[in-house]
Amino acid sequence: MGLILAILVQGIQMVLVLALAPGLVGFTRKVKARLLRRQGPSILQPYRDLLRLVRKEAVLADNASWLFRNAPYLIFATTWVAAALVPTFAAGLHFSWAADFIAITALLGSARFFLALAGMDIGTSFGGIGSSREMLFATLAEPAMIMIVFTVALVAGSTQLSTIAAFMVNHSTLRVSLGLALIGLIIVALTENARVPVDNPATHLELTMVHEAMVLEYSGRHLAVIELAAALKLLLYISLIACIFTPWGMARQDEGLVDMALGVVTWIGKLAVGGFLMVVFETAIAKMRVFRVPEFVGGALMLGFLGTLLLFVSRSF
Amino acid sequence: MPIVAALLSVAGLAGVAVVAPILTARRIGWATPAIYGASLVFAAVLLVSGLFGLLGGSAFQGTVHLPVGLPWIGAHFALDPLSAAFLVIVDFGAVVASFYAIGYGAHEEEPGRVLPFYPAFLAGMNLVVLSADAFSFLVAWEFMSLSSWALVMAHHHDTENRRAGYVYLLMASFGTLMLLLAFGLLAGPDGGYAFATIRAAEQAPWLTGLVLVLMLLGAGSKAGLVPLHVWLPLAHPAAPSHVSALMSGVMTKVAVYGFIRVVFDLVGEPAWWWAVVVLSLGAGSAVLGVLHAVLQRDLKRLLAYSTVENVGIVFIGLGLGLAFKSNHMAGAAALAVTASIFHAFNHSLFKSLLFFGAGNVLVGAGERDIEKLGGLIHRMPETAYLFLGGCLAISALPPLNGFVSEWLILQAILLSPDLPQWALRFLVPASGAMLALAAALAAACFVRAFGITFLSRPRSPAAETAREVGRWQIRAMYVLFFVCLIAGVFPGPFLDALSPVSQMLVASAMPKQPIVPHLSIIPISESRSSYSGFLVFFFILMASWAAIRVIHNFASRAVRRAPPWDCGFPDASPATQYTADSFAQPIRRVFGPIAFRAKISQTMPPPGDMAPARLTVSLRDLVWEFLYEPLEGAVLYAAERFNVLQFLTIRSYLSLVFAALVLLLVLVATWA
Amino acid sequence: MERFSLDAAHLLAGGMVLVSFMMLYQNRILGLLNVFAAHAVVLSLSVAWQAYIQSAPHLFVTAAIALVLKAIIIPVALHHMVVRLGVHRDIETVGGIGPTMLMGIGLVALSMVVMLPAAAEADPIAREDLALALSVILLGLLMMVTRQNAISQIVGFMSLENGLVLAATGARGMPLVVEISVAFSVLVAFIVIGVFLFRIRERFDTIDTQALDDFREDRE
Repeated sequence: MGLILAILVQGIQMVLVLALAPGLVGFTRKVKARLLRRQGPSILQPYRDLLRLVRKEAVLADNASWLFRNAPYLIFATTWVAAALVPTFAAGLHFSWAADFIAITALLGSARFFLALAGMDIGTSFGGIGSSREMLFATLAEPAMIMIVFTVALVAGSTQLSTIAAFMVNHSTLRVSLGLALIGLIIVALTENARVPVDNPATHLELTMVHEAMVLEYSGRHLAVIELAAALKLLLYISLIACIFTPWGMARQDEGLVDMALGVVTWIGKLAVGGFLMVVFETAIAKMRVFRVPEFVGGALMLGFLGTLLLFVSRSF
Repeated sequence: MPIVAALLSVAGLAGVAVVAPILTARRIGWATPAIYGASLVFAAVLLVSGLFGLLGGSAFQGTVHLPVGLPWIGAHFALDPLSAAFLVIVDFGAVVASFYAIGYGAHEEEPGRVLPFYPAFLAGMNLVVLSADAFSFLVAWEFMSLSSWALVMAHHHDTENRRAGYVYLLMASFGTLMLLLAFGLLAGPDGGYAFATIRAAEQAPWLTGLVLVLMLLGAGSKAGLVPLHVWLPLAHPAAPSHVSALMSGVMTKVAVYGFIRVVFDLVGEPAWWWAVVVLSLGAGSAVLGVLHAVLQRDLKRLLAYSTVENVGIVFIGLGLGLAFKSNHMAGAAALAVTASIFHAFNHSLFKSLLFFGAGNVLVGAGERDIEKLGGLIHRMPETAYLFLGGCLAISALPPLNGFVSEWLILQAILLSPDLPQWALRFLVPASGAMLALAAALAAACFVRAFGITFLSRPRSPAAETAREVGRWQIRAMYVLFFVCLIAGVFPGPFLDALSPVSQMLVASAMPKQPIVPHLSIIPISESRSSYSGFLVFFFILMASWAAIRVIHNFASRAVRRAPPWDCGFPDASPATQYTADSFAQPIRRVFGPIAFRAKISQTMPPPGDMAPARLTVSLRDLVWEFLYEPLEGAVLYAAERFNVLQFLTIRSYLSLVFAALVLLLVLVATWA
Repeated sequence: MERFSLDAAHLLAGGMVLVSFMMLYQNRILGLLNVFAAHAVVLSLSVAWQAYIQSAPHLFVTAAIALVLKAIIIPVALHHMVVRLGVHRDIETVGGIGPTMLMGIGLVALSMVVMLPAAAEADPIAREDLALALSVILLGLLMMVTRQNAISQIVGFMSLENGLVLAATGARGMPLVVEISVAFSVLVAFIVIGVFLFRIRERFDTIDTQALDDFREDRE
């Protein structure tokens, strides 16, 4: 394949992930609107919003620190690196061996760390609410994610996402532990992306905000970068679920460009299906009160732990 | 020979300790920098000898036998890979702490109470690591405990510190007693105290099991394992900040060294049930330590509880190592043990960094209570950003070093399904879940610590008038942060340096870490997993640089300053912002009822009544209630009953002596 | 195909364990009844799959009975009963949902430890399905122990019986007459309990069993 071509394809994945993330958000908003019998904004509206925000002047509070000004870029960088490492249309790309599942979880943890600190920087009560609740959900969502990683890694024999994807394509089978891991991962994805039933991404009421509360003081290009990072995170989680649990259509290692193009098409299809299912679920269920969410995410932790336990007990679970 | 240089440096430190009272009594101005500078030089020599011993191979290792101490034993000292590795850990911490103290020591009000004991403390710790027979080990251990106790009592006017010193002395004596019993059992009736003799002897399984329990009680209490950790959050904050950093970051590692030396090296083959005990204690310490830390408002006490958590993580790794070693899974055992020791090294780095930051805050703002701080990022910027680096490292976030050691321990857990024993098969995933929970809670704890202390707005005049501290303190923190960064981005050389240690302990080592591709580390084999800290770091830098450049060049870079938006509320006072207690409230509400039997009650007076509403939160430390208070009650009860011995007649005393003599003669007759 | 049938059987049995956990998670009665209906649906699917791979057509009848009786009739009847009793409030669990789930995991671990070494000589499908079925039984018992509301205790009892059916079908060879008699006795027990609940409610204005305990003669 040639080193140059390999690096080029890896670069294309990184750019593609960035380019499609706002489109995914636009698609979910459109589907949600149609389900609620509204017309809804166009799918390209998030791109227009980002462009508008980026060109505006950023208004910073008087006591905003250097950390506040630069946290959006750090959050964006860590989320983009994590999203770019998840195999989307092809397994076995040039840097794919660096796509360690635990490392990706930890990179998202870094992004969340900086976001929570940015929420606390100005010293308003809204920022405090957002950061404190976000860290509460994270104390349960992150161990749940690690246990899900364990379950999948014990089945596939490695924590490298490319190897996992290749294993899942070659040995498609129904397994109890993977079923438990899938449900756990869906719960964690809903929590981390601040979707209903954990947090309402469309609201700005203090009783219901978590993510929105932390970014309340951001404006202009900083807000644009943070919203792009949130869109990347959604794309990351849907791609992750697709890569592990529905890996068919992904180009394997050393396959040609035609297979990769096919992989891109199936990947976009999986994103659309995943977004659609998520929106249907969101429309069908109400948001939970805040202290019911730890029980919800704790359920994901229990499922991941149960999956790991079953695999420790017997290899055929 | 490095070991000779090391022993001479230890003697040098002892010499400095002797000279120090003379200098401070004369109130010489340059006494403080001189003493700390001399300690720094000797600690640096020790560090270099440790590095030579670890990296240079057997050519630089060796033993020394000195005719001091007991006449029929002498004193054995040895430099083998394990002691060299821990010598590096101890002395790197000592070098940086001495460097920090050159600036920090100027703020000490009574230097005469600190300066003589500091070099003695360093000498004691190094001597423990260098000892190769039980007697010198125990003497050095006691020396270390007593000199650190003197340092804890340095600010003795405070009642809290006096109580801390008392509890510390009690627990340290208990720990030494357990170690004494353990070494006595190992030496056996022949009194073979040298480590070489103990290593060569064949021990019965019941004896080695008992030794494990005694070592957990003795070394575990010094390291801070739950439930023997209670002295740690009292004593570590009481000492001056550089001493707190040494106690938390380095002395706990000396205790870990003692545990590893006996359990992995001296007793030979472990039994599989040892892993059950060590894993449960480690996992319990990890979760309980960090749950306490999340609720603390004293910055140093928060850091001390976080030490309990990290010691728990080290013991989880050691428990995994024991499980693999007892089942002859050599490669996995090497991974677990290497990960443990690497985590011990990392923790000494970032815990020292955090304690130095806390010391700077104490000096600059005069407060340790984070509820009275805030906004220090504007007044003490360098301290703030270096403290942030420490918080990132301890929360196990890439690309820093905390993530690497946790990643390695998680990889070791993934190798565990091949263990045959059922108890281990259930306990290992449970420990993995608790490790993950502890890591997530640590991130929450340090977001709170950094956010309330350095971010947001000042909550008291002390925080409004804080000043940045001197250059020595800041430079010491820079050194630590850069080593954390290097250990996180290029962990391969560090892991390779530890391979002689794991070779010595479990007869196997991790695979040699490759330079290509891209400086990644490989726990077991390339096909399983790998992690490249360098690549992650490089990508993050490139991505943020690209984002900043693109946006600034093609969009806007304008900034306007205005009052905070705060959803349209104008001029909110600093009292409306989140406090440390409110930040921790959700976590307390979710985990409190399980871990602390938390009860929350509120009384609301009826409308129109002028009485205040009350919200009461009661938390109980279950370890104190269920272990220490009954023990205290039992001891007091026994003391009351035995008090009658004070008032006996002469005839009763004589008959007691007679009975004791007869009993001892019977024992001699039956046992000899 | 052999591998696939094994995995599908495990998936369905594991699905029952999952739904049992979902029942422990619920704290509203109507939600609990819906999850119980789902429990019965998964049971009937599992029994139907066993019927297919064991080629035992009478098990299809068992599956149909489970579907009609336990997934439709009993939940609907209980729903009506709940509405007539007016019990639309939160279930008070003893100890909170977190510790209950932890105990649930402990019970699953216990059933693994008991079943897997003991049935080592049986064929793989039976051994692990038996372990999962024992987990469902224990989780049903846990549900009865940790609830105070009588209706939720009944649901726990029913889910325990579902676990017994799963164990019996997994053990290869459960004659139809046993299933019919078990089903009828469950129905009778259910009717009796229903009658009793109404009597208790008439008398004491509550069906909270904790409150009933206070009315015992030898207590003040």
